[in-house]
Amino acid sequence: MATPVKVYGPAMSTAVSRVLACLLEKNVDFQLVPVNLSKGEQKKPDFRKIQPFSQVPAFEDEGICLFESRAICRYICEKYTDKGNKGLYGTNPVARASIDQWLEAEGQSFNPPSSVLVFQLAFAPRMKIKQDQVVIKQNEEKLSKVLGIYEKRLGETRFLAGDEFSLADLSHLPNTQYLVTTSGRGELFTSRKNVGRWWNEISSRDSWKKVVDMQNKGA
Amino acid sequence: MGLKLYGLPMSTNTTRVMACLHEKGVDFELVPVDLFGGENRQPPFLAKNPLGRIPVLEDGDLTLFESRAITAYVAEKFKETGTDLLRLQNPKEAALVKVWLEVESHHFDPAITPIMFEHFVAPILGKTPDQAAIDASLEKLGKVLDVYESKLSCTKYLAGEFFSLADLHHHASTHYFMKTPWASFVNDRPNVKAWWECISSRPAFMKVAEGMTFVDTK
Repeated sequence: MATPVKVYGPAMSTAVSRVLACLLEKNVDFQLVPVNLSKGEQKKPDFRKIQPFSQVPAFEDEGICLFESRAICRYICEKYTDKGNKGLYGTNPVARASIDQWLEAEGQSFNPPSSVLVFQLAFAPRMKIKQDQVVIKQNEEKLSKVLGIYEKRLGETRFLAGDEFSLADLSHLPNTQYLVTTSGRGELFTSRKNVGRWWNEISSRDSWKKVVDMQNKGA
Repeated sequence: MGLKLYGLPMSTNTTRVMACLHEKGVDFELVPVDLFGGENRQPPFLAKNPLGRIPVLEDGDLTLFESRAITAYVAEKFKETGTDLLRLQNPKEAALVKVWLEVESHHFDPAITPIMFEHFVAPILGKTPDQAAIDASLEKLGKVLDVYESKLSCTKYLAGEFFSLADLHHHASTHYFMKTPWASFVNDRPNVKAWWECISSRPAFMKVAEGMTFVDTK
């Protein structure tokens, strides 16, 4: 029987790849359903029924339709507690709270400037859109401040929420992958000793390597 | 030892947590943080929150930052008391609450926050409000509220027929927004307006609204 778990969207989308990484960490089988963004499939009425903001990913599992990648990741971790990486979202409320605070830090402080840079540096050139150097500079400065805080934190703990890899670290993989490998601004990460060490560790995980492979194959 | 919440009564992020604590009927001590004096950038505070922002919750040995992580922790820890904010007994409802929590965090909040900064805070800092930034944010907010208008024609609250943490997270910012010249963005959308009137009349929110005197200090 086909798996009921479906992810809608291309693997190259940062938000889609966040969900794929989580599913792979949890050893949950899934089907990746393509959505052609360049043809505007995400704006069609049928798609908007499952994702009213016309974005990817959308997600289905046994009659539940969800969107927002971080909500999907939390759902996967809670539904499939005993599968794959059992500690990904913590095994008790205190551990979970620590993971949540760094997941929120990712969403509120890391994601905004890094997303802008991913668009400007990795996607705009491919889409033949002119880069905005003022916006790039402003967001590099914001991201640098955040990475300065991470540098200190990762000198105290192995991963963001503690000494185990968690959803909080995973959530950073998609944007950082583009910034380190494609943008020409990888030194923002690699020049910082602790952040560089952390990036090497989290990006070497089998789950993330599989996602990158899917991205390279144009899934 | 009880809960300590470091923050300010007029801060939207602090109010987010206080409303949640009130919904749960949980006592706490509010410890003011001198933002204008830069207390949040000094080492003692940075030891609690390396990002240097309010609020921070202390619960015994546990110190937590990020208001949405704090409310999730409080709502789960006190799940047997007060209002059911997370719907943990029903996995489908719980999953939908998570979705709309993220919608507030990544769609609503980024659209509404610049408007409040430019309209209320900029003048206090001696700056002229950036109307272009306000207009750009209003356009984004309009699109978000159009999605809400459609959703709220199907369900009474955002995640379903039940009030949840997802609705609560909208309280503080919307409260301030309704005092701007652009309240029509809510009032001209009948379902959004009805939802706002319903959630803003909850006793837990009315308790925190008393302390939201930021606007009146202008």
